[in-house]
Amino acid sequence: MIKGDTPKIIFSEQIDQYFMGVYSAYKFVIRFFKEVFVPPFHLRAIITQSYEIGVKSLALISVTGFIIGIVFTKQSRPSLEDFGAASWLPNLVGIAIIRALGPVLTALICAGKVGSSIGAELSSMKVTEQIEAMEVSAINPFKYLVVTRVVASTIMVPLLAMYCVFIGLIGSYINVHAGETTSFTTFFKDAFSSITFIDLSAATAKATVYGFTIGIIGCYKGYNATKGTHGVGKAANEAVVLAMFLVFLEEVIIVQVSNWVRYF
Amino acid sequence: MEKTNCKEDKNQGEPVISIQGLHKSFGALEVLKGIDLIVCKGENVAVLGKSGSGKSVLIKIIVGLLKPDRGSLKVLEKEVEALNGKELDELRLRIGFSFQSSALYDSMSVFQNLAFPLIMNVKHLAKKEVAEAVEEALEAVGLKDKAERMPAELSGGQRKRVGIARALILKPEIMLYDEPTAGLDPITSAEINELINEVQEKYNTSSIIITHDLTCAKNTCNRIVMLVEGKFLPSGKFEELFKTDNQQVKDFFSYNFIQ
Repeated sequence: MIKGDTPKIIFSEQIDQYFMGVYSAYKFVIRFFKEVFVPPFHLRAIITQSYEIGVKSLALISVTGFIIGIVFTKQSRPSLEDFGAASWLPNLVGIAIIRALGPVLTALICAGKVGSSIGAELSSMKVTEQIEAMEVSAINPFKYLVVTRVVASTIMVPLLAMYCVFIGLIGSYINVHAGETTSFTTFFKDAFSSITFIDLSAATAKATVYGFTIGIIGCYKGYNATKGTHGVGKAANEAVVLAMFLVFLEEVIIVQVSNWVRYF
Repeated sequence: MEKTNCKEDKNQGEPVISIQGLHKSFGALEVLKGIDLIVCKGENVAVLGKSGSGKSVLIKIIVGLLKPDRGSLKVLEKEVEALNGKELDELRLRIGFSFQSSALYDSMSVFQNLAFPLIMNVKHLAKKEVAEAVEEALEAVGLKDKAERMPAELSGGQRKRVGIARALILKPEIMLYDEPTAGLDPITSAEINELINEVQEKYNTSSIIITHDLTCAKNTCNRIVMLVEGKFLPSGKFEELFKTDNQQVKDFFSYNFIQ
């Protein structure tokens, strides 16, 4: 295409825009991988972002994980009792929380809290020319703003997911302990008795993928925001919606793959 | 006539910005239609024009934020289009850019805003050296006591000053000002104009000042060019343009004075 020409419409404006969007997201991800392994690494900025994403989400993850542990145990007990399998409750809770609930719940909370915050912050920097100000100061804004946030999110979400699993199991234990005299050691031994190395690896791997997804989507939406303050709200909103959608999509794929590996 | 070299004026040095036949379009909208401009060392040039006439696009092209479609652009003897990323960054370190919106990093204090480009670009700088450089730049813009303030706590004029101080922190050879007095009251505008002159004197910079404020252009610039419909009209000193027969220039000047 000659520079300055109006681009031709191939299918319809919406379909063309959709494919252009996919292509631009693809280029954004490729650029991330090109820049992430090249110095400077901005370690201080990564630590700051890790604190923002990880430490500042601890309270929310603690409350949610704890409640999920209690509620899940409470809801599962009557069904298991009907089959005379109440003693299997720690195993069930262990499988449910470690394999699925812990990582997905953490990812959804982070998509809401972290994704929207990254999307809003970067888009606001974009519309107020702060990103251009970095460029003219010979600072690579992609490296400083995007790479640091995506790396921090990719590291912190799996750690938060592990923490969420632990808190969820504590909540479950408290509920179990309220009804019977199961010891802390026995509960955790039972909860982990059905958990294999594949389960732990798959849970960690998917939490890492969710972390990357949340970070990159938030950054992509924020970094490409337009249209002033309206664009800021739109970027934050789209960052959350798209990240949540992709988390569910990835969950389905990773579960299929891990089951295939487990039974292969 | 548009200036073709810097030897016409003995008080000025070699060309620092040299533009020939520069074109830029956004889709079907042609913003710059083959403009020519020479800025000499130590010269302050004002680019006047209506809003949306492409003035800001011009300085964004000079600093490499936008790519031109056609034409030649030399800044500090470097052909900007031919530079790779690292070379462009090296060139950018020699250019200061003051944004219309000031573009201060709102999560950082005034001190951090100024220290940031320094820390990121100059290796192995001691904390004391950073503090001294920031203090010097803030002193140059008269805001030494505002170092710990956040951008949200500053007035419009103070934000502009901090934006200029940040652009000065790396001691640039060229300053590009995008609407330095836009949205400011007449007294603050006069202070900013004075500051632009002080900066030029102290740092011996060459500047392009994008504005539609005639007072700013008159008080800060050696030469004025007008961008109309993507092309420059003949340039000259304020007094020369004031007496011109060109209807478009006359219209712009008379409208400004009525305002």
